[in-house]
Amino acid sequence: MKYLDEFRDGKAARKLSLEIKSVTSKPWQIMEICGGQTHSILKYSIEELLPEEITLIHGPGCPVCVTPLELIDKAIAIAQKDDVIFASFGDMLRVPGSMHDLLSVKAKGGNVKMVYSPLDAVKLAENNPDNKVVFFGVGFETTAPANAMSVIEAKRRGLKNYSILCSHVLVPPAIDALLSFRNNNIQGFLAAGHVCTVMGYEEYFPIAEKYKVPIVVTGFEPIDILQGVLLTVKQLEEGKSEVQNQYSRVVTEEGNTAAQKLLEEVFERRDRKWRGIGSIPLSGFKLKNEDSDFDAEKIFKVENIETEESPLCIAGEVLQGIKKPIECPAFGKECTPEHPLGAPMVSTEGACAAYFHYGKIKKELIRN
Amino acid sequence: MCLAVPGKVISIDESNPELKMAKVNFSGVSKEVCIQWLPDVNIGDYVLVHVGFALNKIDEKDAEETLRILREMGDIEEES
Repeated sequence: MKYLDEFRDGKAARKLSLEIKSVTSKPWQIMEICGGQTHSILKYSIEELLPEEITLIHGPGCPVCVTPLELIDKAIAIAQKDDVIFASFGDMLRVPGSMHDLLSVKAKGGNVKMVYSPLDAVKLAENNPDNKVVFFGVGFETTAPANAMSVIEAKRRGLKNYSILCSHVLVPPAIDALLSFRNNNIQGFLAAGHVCTVMGYEEYFPIAEKYKVPIVVTGFEPIDILQGVLLTVKQLEEGKSEVQNQYSRVVTEEGNTAAQKLLEEVFERRDRKWRGIGSIPLSGFKLKNEDSDFDAEKIFKVENIETEESPLCIAGEVLQGIKKPIECPAFGKECTPEHPLGAPMVSTEGACAAYFHYGKIKKELIRN
Repeated sequence: MCLAVPGKVISIDESNPELKMAKVNFSGVSKEVCIQWLPDVNIGDYVLVHVGFALNKIDEKDAEETLRILREMGDIEEES
């Protein structure tokens, strides 16, 4: 496929690997914020192409992983109701709540459906006028416009039986929060390319300036990630802290302004709790008051559900980049993708699941 | 979650001006994709698609520029 194969080219990857080695003179810690990038890094063994001085810290950029436990419990409470069709992207279905997950609600007869697009959920509402269709609106800025569009479409089609359980998180406030933690050891960032496709990268200039860190907007293929690392290391070696764009084939400074307009129309910013991290000011979206007819939390009165995390799980430290998944005593023992204790073991983009899948594959290859 | 994949536009349906759609081909698999947020999309363009929506067109010149920089980094010895 054009625009994929050429960015997975092994020879180009080796060139970039040599170039990174030649410009690196001392240790640097770089965080890739996005779980999609973490997945690529583990899948393509990119760390093995980097000099030992470079450490990649896996950031909290997996919306599935940072969705707070009580929101999963709210989703389960709603999905158990008789007249509800609960629609969700597939990766939310296996995230453990405090008692069980959405798939077990389905197994017990709940009407839980996996959808590919929020527009599919709108169609479900249109085709099932006697049911209340609730869509689990999860995601970063990449996904938020699609979910906003579903509300606008439902309104345009006059649907009274459609609502969303809104769980949107925003990347720049999270980067700001991580850098403000006293024990953080992040010296540079690979910013999430697809978030920036929608939002542009203007928001990163004040962060780079405030914390003196280089931020490089980076894509998801191996060549993109290696090039993003190269640009970051070059800046670090030269003492620079600029915002650069490696992923210029789809990212512009201003982003997709039509999608941004839609976000402003439907959502407003709010403080948001991140699973394993805590509350971050203005780091999420909620529906505007005038659209509260589409707000599932209000319709089903689940606003007051609160819950506690498993004490064994160190997801918080993993999501902040303080510990690697393999440093968790439960990793691969009590906690596996089949029986996850925490969300990073569920999503394919979660750091723990990526370590489990690809770490295991690598070991098997060596053994054979 | 933020997975987005490039695909080639093979047909466009603008019959609903508030929900412009296109058929997009991903390595042989075709899907209906909303192109409402892109100002000008033509058949043959490559777009980046996420949860059924095109986030942007892929800029051919910029993609080529990224690859050109790589080519100019000089050749390396092929591993034996």
